Amino acid sequence: MATVDPIDVHWTDSEPAVLSGREYRRARRTPLTWVRGGGLATLLFLLPMLFVFGAFSWYPIVRTVIMSVQHTNLVSPATWVGLDNFRAVLNDPVLPKAVENTAEFAGLALIFGYPVPLVAAVLMSEARRFRGVYSALAYLPVVIPPVVAVLLWKTFYDASPTGVFNTILGWVHLGPYPWLQSQQTALPSLVLESTWANAGGTVIIYLAALTGVNRELYEAASVDGASLWRKVWHITIPQLRGVLLLTMILQIIGTAQVFLEPYLFTSGGPANATVTVLLMIYNYAFGNSLGGDYGSATALSLMLAAFLALFSLLYLRLTRSWSSK
Amino acid sequence: MIVVPGRRRARSVEGSGPALIGPDEWRRARVRWGFGGAQVLLLIGLIVIGLGPLVWLAKSAITPTNDTITYPMALFPHGAAWSNLHEAWSNVQVGKYFWNTVVLAIGSWFAQVFVATTAGFALSVLRPAYAKVITALLLTTLFVPAVVLLVPLYVEIVHPPLIHHSFIDSYWAVWLPAGASAFNVVLVARFFDNLPREIFEAARIDGAGPFRLFWSVVLPMSKPILGVVSVFAVLASWKDFLWPLLVLTNPDEQPLSVRLPQIQSQTSLGVFLAALFIASLVPIIGFLIFQRSFLRGTGLGGAIKG
Repeated sequence: MATVDPIDVHWTDSEPAVLSGREYRRARRTPLTWVRGGGLATLLFLLPMLFVFGAFSWYPIVRTVIMSVQHTNLVSPATWVGLDNFRAVLNDPVLPKAVENTAEFAGLALIFGYPVPLVAAVLMSEARRFRGVYSALAYLPVVIPPVVAVLLWKTFYDASPTGVFNTILGWVHLGPYPWLQSQQTALPSLVLESTWANAGGTVIIYLAALTGVNRELYEAASVDGASLWRKVWHITIPQLRGVLLLTMILQIIGTAQVFLEPYLFTSGGPANATVTVLLMIYNYAFGNSLGGDYGSATALSLMLAAFLALFSLLYLRLTRSWSSK
Repeated sequence: MIVVPGRRRARSVEGSGPALIGPDEWRRARVRWGFGGAQVLLLIGLIVIGLGPLVWLAKSAITPTNDTITYPMALFPHGAAWSNLHEAWSNVQVGKYFWNTVVLAIGSWFAQVFVATTAGFALSVLRPAYAKVITALLLTTLFVPAVVLLVPLYVEIVHPPLIHHSFIDSYWAVWLPAGASAFNVVLVARFFDNLPREIFEAARIDGAGPFRLFWSVVLPMSKPILGVVSVFAVLASWKDFLWPLLVLTNPDEQPLSVRLPQIQSQTSLGVFLAALFIASLVPIIGFLIFQRSFLRGTGLGGAIKG
């Protein structure tokens, strides 16, 4: 077509070509071109994530900080109280016991649950048969719902001589032990169940990391006549150090937030022997039927989070020279 | 027996694993008996520790309460009590709570897959200029321990801003927050990063818009990662206890995990153990079917968090 309707010209795609560079750039910035360029579609794709994270992650994080310096009871408007919540938590007579128990839980969990998965993973990765059976068996406890695991173990820990564990130990003339009912054995009993329930995940992480170890290192070491033990100590473990550091931090961060075990096994008893920091937070916020002390709960959870962040930073600092070797 | 000297299959079959122990070393008696023996011990230990408690649970679920209390390790001294399972399913209403668990899991699964795939697609394939800011905001949530969110989230569900309607006892209060998993988004985005970009360009040249590209090109290519995310979404929902306990106060709406501690005080030990058995059956069967996704996802988890 030789002649073009002047009105149509306005809408053809060739229009920007007649504009100068500067005008062109300005024209590109209009909302219409943004939509045409796919900007709106991109935003539409991001919308579910922005909504869900905004409402259920970013906003509550900010809200925690605000609530920790407020007195809130959900009925009357919130009032500013400064650092009173933090002071109240720090003066709570239960806090030292809770911190001690949480630290003891994390420490015992490391002793029980840190070296065993590594040894198991090294043995499993060299298995010439049943490799799938090994990992399936190790991972099986991890898929059991934690509530089921705790309630099942609560049955095992029955303190009577005919309890499951006491019966088994009775075969070799040990016990009966009080398990959950004594202040001395309650916390280690919780750690034992928690290790059973979680160690499988660590084994699988180590197994995945072991496949990344360079085979040539082993072969070279063999040529040089290195023994099996020396190969594990000088090749396997140094090659896994990144993962080893990581699982240790993850395990400590996880056990510092232990809640389900003390809540379902013992409710913090006997005589506060298993009260943990998270159980305190729960009791502040939801333990009182007359209304939650949300200020203290958020203050304590912020202190715990700050401690974990500091701990992770410090730990990474201290181990940096080793991990970047 | 793990180790059968001499009659070995070709190394190439197991070539993927690390060869800490070379074939020559396996022939040495000390290695064979020391390391091989440790492997056999490990297998026996795993069977006793990993499988033992579950076998005991299965046995006790169909044993009369009195036998379980007096002879916990005996094998059916006075016959089986299959009625435990039936009683748990109908009288203690495990069937209803089971169904609630399924509905909660499906909703949480959908929320997680929907949010992770759309966001992963936008951040990794469409790549707007502000993608870096959003990714940074996402990653920061990975470093915030879950406990920090507990109280403000609860208050938000009771008194949501803008909307003056409590979401307590609504399944949306469980479904929607489940979608806010930065781990899922990062996992999916990393997978999309590794898809060949030439295919996206080819689709664009053929006239496919972003929605078409997402639905007909990217999603069909990402079945492996969708499997991993789905398996973990359903498992996490099945395991969840504290959050549904807080926001679902009506017993008729609660999932199994929340009801089980109450069931314990309402019924006999035999029926209670049958309820525990039913509650763990679905995750176990799911695990046996989708083992690969489970194990690969856990390994990936370690890699990504690093």
